[in-house]
Amino acid sequence: MSTLAAAATTTLQINFGAVGYGLAAIGPGIGIGLVFGHAIEAMARQPEATGRISLYMWIGFSLTEILALLGLVVPFIFHAS
Amino acid sequence: MTGDVAAPTVGAGGCHLFSGCGFPAPGLQNFNFKPLFTVGSFNFTKPELVAILCAIIVIAFFWVAFAKPKVIPGRLQNLGELGVVAVRDQILRPSLGRKGDKYLGLLVSLFFFIFLCNLMELIPVIQFPVMSRISFVVPMAATVYVLYLYLGFKNQGAWGYISNMWPRGVPWPVYIILIPVELLRFFVIQPFTLGIRLFANMFAGHLLLSIFMVATWYLLGLSIGLLFAAGSAVMVLFVFLLELLIDVLQAFIFTTLTAVYIASSLEAQH
Repeated sequence: MSTLAAAATTTLQINFGAVGYGLAAIGPGIGIGLVFGHAIEAMARQPEATGRISLYMWIGFSLTEILALLGLVVPFIFHAS
Repeated sequence: MTGDVAAPTVGAGGCHLFSGCGFPAPGLQNFNFKPLFTVGSFNFTKPELVAILCAIIVIAFFWVAFAKPKVIPGRLQNLGELGVVAVRDQILRPSLGRKGDKYLGLLVSLFFFIFLCNLMELIPVIQFPVMSRISFVVPMAATVYVLYLYLGFKNQGAWGYISNMWPRGVPWPVYIILIPVELLRFFVIQPFTLGIRLFANMFAGHLLLSIFMVATWYLLGLSIGLLFAAGSAVMVLFVFLLELLIDVLQAFIFTTLTAVYIASSLEAQH
């Protein structure tokens, strides 16, 4: 019994970088879904504008994606070691 | 891990596959290279070699393609024309229109240099995207930044350019937020995100590819066996295709945004 009582306690270690990325991925996930969803709807309404719409779709995608990627990259940049 | 005093750890820089320290997770240490040779205090590393190689290939290709241009183009000139016309019609004309044709040289160079540097991530022996080191991205973003500021001040005048950053006809309380935000956008956020977008995409892509490739070999070494390693290999294939798309897309986006920023400097937006 005393050995059980003297058992070592383990501390919970949280990798905040990973948690930060998980939180950072929420917004762009919704945003990219919106970008592509609206682009698909627009292309369905007016198929002859597909070229122009897909140009703006890719621009919108990359502007939104950067926020998720910043969440991935910033923990590495500010890593202590 | 307290029993394993002899096993190298990831942090000590000594953990490799099959050396008994678990999964050697790819991280920042994969982006630092030992120098190939040193001149004084200047270390020449693999990313610099790859960057110089990409620059030489792009310059040589366009030089040879357009050295003796003929009216009926040969094969190489045809390919070069295909590239230049694609950049002109897809990137330059939508933002700048016909009178922006004098910026075609800059945009073609930017697009093909960035594209080739990004492609180096996927080519077997090289396997390193040059733009995943921020020091290669900063000069390009700085060039674009200085260019669009210079063009803005030259074409619209000093006060004209700055006052054209915010729209007219807005109720005056909105200006309290709008003016600092627009100034911040033009002077800080645009160049920063232009560079960081390319950098973060290439950094994350290289990291993804490394993780799955190392995992494939690592899982083979365990008693778990072939099935999991095969799953990881399939992921490598998917990430390869994703990175191919991202390579083209990031080069396209960098060039397109350069054209858009130049266009907004040449004429007043609002």
